[in-house]
Amino acid sequence: MALPQPDGRRPAPAPVPFVILAGAGATFFVLPLLGLLVGAPWRSAWVLLTSSEALTALRLSLIASLSATAIALLLGVPLAWVYARVSFPGRAILRALTVLPMVLPPVVGGVALLLAFGRRGLLGGWLADVFGIHLPFTTPGAIVAVTFVAMPFLVITVEAGLRSMDTRFEDAARTLGARRWTVLWRVTLPLVRPSLVAGTVLCWARALGEFGATITFAGNFPGRTQTMPLAVYLALESNPQSAILLSLVLLLVSLAVLVGLRDRWLGTS
Amino acid sequence: MSLQAQLQARVGSFDLDVDLSIAPGEVVALLGPNGAGKTSVLRALAGLLTIDAGRIALDGIVLDEPANAIRMPVEQRPIGVVFQDYLLFPHLSVLENVAFGLRSRGVGRTTATARARSWLDRVGLGPAANRKPGSLSGGQAQRVALVRALATDPALLLLDEPMAALDVSTRVELRRELRQHLESFGGVRLLVTHDPVEAMAMADRLIVLEHGRVLQTGSPAEVTQRPRSRYVADLVGVNLFRGTARQNVITISGGGSLTAVGVTDGDVFAVVHPRTVALYRARPDGTPRNVWEGRATDLDLQGDRVRVRLQGSPSIVAEVTPAAVRELGLDRGDQVWIGVKATEVSVYPA
Amino acid sequence: MRSRVTAGLIAILLAACAGQRAPAAPTASTLTVFAASSLTDAFTRIGADFQTAHPGTTVHLTFAGSSTLAAQIQQGATGDVFASADQATMQRLADAGLVSGSPSIFARNRLQIVVAAGNPRHIGGLADLSRAGLIVLLCAPSVPCGRYASQALHAAGVTVTPASQEADVKAVVSKVALGEADAGIVYVTDVKAAGAGVQGVDIPARFNVTADYPMAVLQDSRQAALARAFINYVLAGGQQILARDGFAAA
Repeated sequence: MALPQPDGRRPAPAPVPFVILAGAGATFFVLPLLGLLVGAPWRSAWVLLTSSEALTALRLSLIASLSATAIALLLGVPLAWVYARVSFPGRAILRALTVLPMVLPPVVGGVALLLAFGRRGLLGGWLADVFGIHLPFTTPGAIVAVTFVAMPFLVITVEAGLRSMDTRFEDAARTLGARRWTVLWRVTLPLVRPSLVAGTVLCWARALGEFGATITFAGNFPGRTQTMPLAVYLALESNPQSAILLSLVLLLVSLAVLVGLRDRWLGTS
Repeated sequence: MSLQAQLQARVGSFDLDVDLSIAPGEVVALLGPNGAGKTSVLRALAGLLTIDAGRIALDGIVLDEPANAIRMPVEQRPIGVVFQDYLLFPHLSVLENVAFGLRSRGVGRTTATARARSWLDRVGLGPAANRKPGSLSGGQAQRVALVRALATDPALLLLDEPMAALDVSTRVELRRELRQHLESFGGVRLLVTHDPVEAMAMADRLIVLEHGRVLQTGSPAEVTQRPRSRYVADLVGVNLFRGTARQNVITISGGGSLTAVGVTDGDVFAVVHPRTVALYRARPDGTPRNVWEGRATDLDLQGDRVRVRLQGSPSIVAEVTPAAVRELGLDRGDQVWIGVKATEVSVYPA
Repeated sequence: MRSRVTAGLIAILLAACAGQRAPAAPTASTLTVFAASSLTDAFTRIGADFQTAHPGTTVHLTFAGSSTLAAQIQQGATGDVFASADQATMQRLADAGLVSGSPSIFARNRLQIVVAAGNPRHIGGLADLSRAGLIVLLCAPSVPCGRYASQALHAAGVTVTPASQEADVKAVVSKVALGEADAGIVYVTDVKAAGAGVQGVDIPARFNVTADYPMAVLQDSRQAALARAFINYVLAGGQQILARDGFAAA
């Protein structure tokens, strides 16, 4: 059976078992969303959603996830560049450590953060004494927790993009007189834009959904550290209806961004 | 504007040891088989390859001299490079590509755009200014790559296999065009290629490179008439021998000997054109001074000639007509007698 | 070659499925018990003892916050026994018709202030918790421990702004033990279970809240008799174990 192609090419013949498996895969993702839509208490939706708790949690989630993404871009892109272009002793180990938050259970990540930045942590005590910076149980702490978990997604994606790009373009730019910074801004980064965008989106999405590290490191306090996922988890115990609605909000916000991005930005056109 | 370059570098599995100079006004082609190190030489001149020792000076200004710790970074060298795949920036328009060098060197946007546009007009690509490189044909892309390199008024123009990315039909026409552009360019011009026709069509002087070393340099005529390497000999299609001459008899390294005329004693190259090699079924009884037996290992029909590869002392390639092959009943593996007149052996000092 | 690989994969799949179905012993029965996390140590030991007393039985324990467990049961989680840390949560299930018979109170717990070993911040009672600069943790209001803590603080007339409202009482203890927080309000049993890293500061009886722990057989249980037996065991032989952990008698 032939399927239409997105860019208008002639349809590609697809083996039937593949289509069936693909359909099963799609159902796997669509059903939970449908479940949420069906189980949501639509009548009390407006009241529940515009309650201050829900809006506060949403606001906090957006602040934390966007800040985390910004930090990830600022620190992660240079890191990705170093991994992709510079070889130095211990690079493999450092890179493995960077990927670690992706495979660690988030709660374990939270504990690690406490041991590093907590009151009695490696750096935390010093930060508190010298700069008066306290991270646990604060909004900045929530941002740190979320960044820790989400940044590796950006680093890995951008690194892959940098590795697979043709570095000869950078040579060409240099022969034309471009200095390093110009090469980076006008040639390298534009050429890896699909990876940059994909990495940023992945990072933001992961940051938005982060729970374990946040509740362990930053704790849970409405208005300060209670992000949406935490609000959902707690609401599930006392007010499941509210929990469903909050989950839907989170899901729809994420969906809106992902759909809005489309192929154009992800470079497949 | 001239270039003097001596460079030694270790590139992958072999060493590069090249001494070349380009005088003002001449177009030089660096010719050699793939893997000879031609692109490495170009990259070294551009500054993209680090040399271990040597000195590269452009018009007296030293670009690279490891011994004195002088190494001008790529972006500061007054060079223009046309890469083999052109490497036009896919995310920038044609106009932006051409203006790139100017903008990178600090020229204001308006001025740079204007100059880029005039360059594009010169090669007839003004209307394509706002298109993306991906939509250009091979020939158009080559022209854009050329003017992109020329837009910054470089002192040294390097071209890496400029015709390689084009299909054969466009090549001839574009070769002429490129030749014209090169001639109107005032700086030093170095072209790198593995295609001898291209080299001979576009250059005033050839430098033959093999295994990282310069084997020969001279005008296209000199090089082809007096090849000093198997590579060039094969390119031109002649038999090349190397040996020691003594009283008109050349003892060939590798086995066998050839008698020639008017030869000075010493180390020599001897060239025998395949056309002058005669083949016989039985030992000939006649004037040719050089007669020996050989075995036909390969028969290759090329157009209206047959090239016969013969193994013997020495081994040689003969070029005969298909009719002759038929008459002789010649087949692969057959033993034949080879005859070459002493006067047809062209000898020159090694 | 491909058919051999396919055959091999099918064989592995079948073996895995078979492995799932095979029971441990010929007359084995599994009892699924949902218990509040403060009962972790006690019920683990009680479960082991019950298994010894009833050979062929496997007691499968799940520990979490009472409200989390209740939510799961309401959403359809199948089990036999539910041991809650508060009555309100049990009532919720009873109202939803998910409980069989009437629940039995099997233990009582009281609140205690948990501080780091050595009490470095010199916390003497509830009033000290409102001191400036102190990092105090409470359980979230939706968790029983959090509700009780609010009650106790209200009774004592103390206002505390916690740095965090933890979803789990164990989290409060851990963070105090790690030194991240100065104090928290948890159960007596949690302080005891935490061991040497922390110590408890008593809350006077007039402010303290007694948490009655109810236990019941779940409506959907397929081992009702065995579930009943388990509850009876907890009410009898299990009391000693519970007392060792700091629970007050039922």
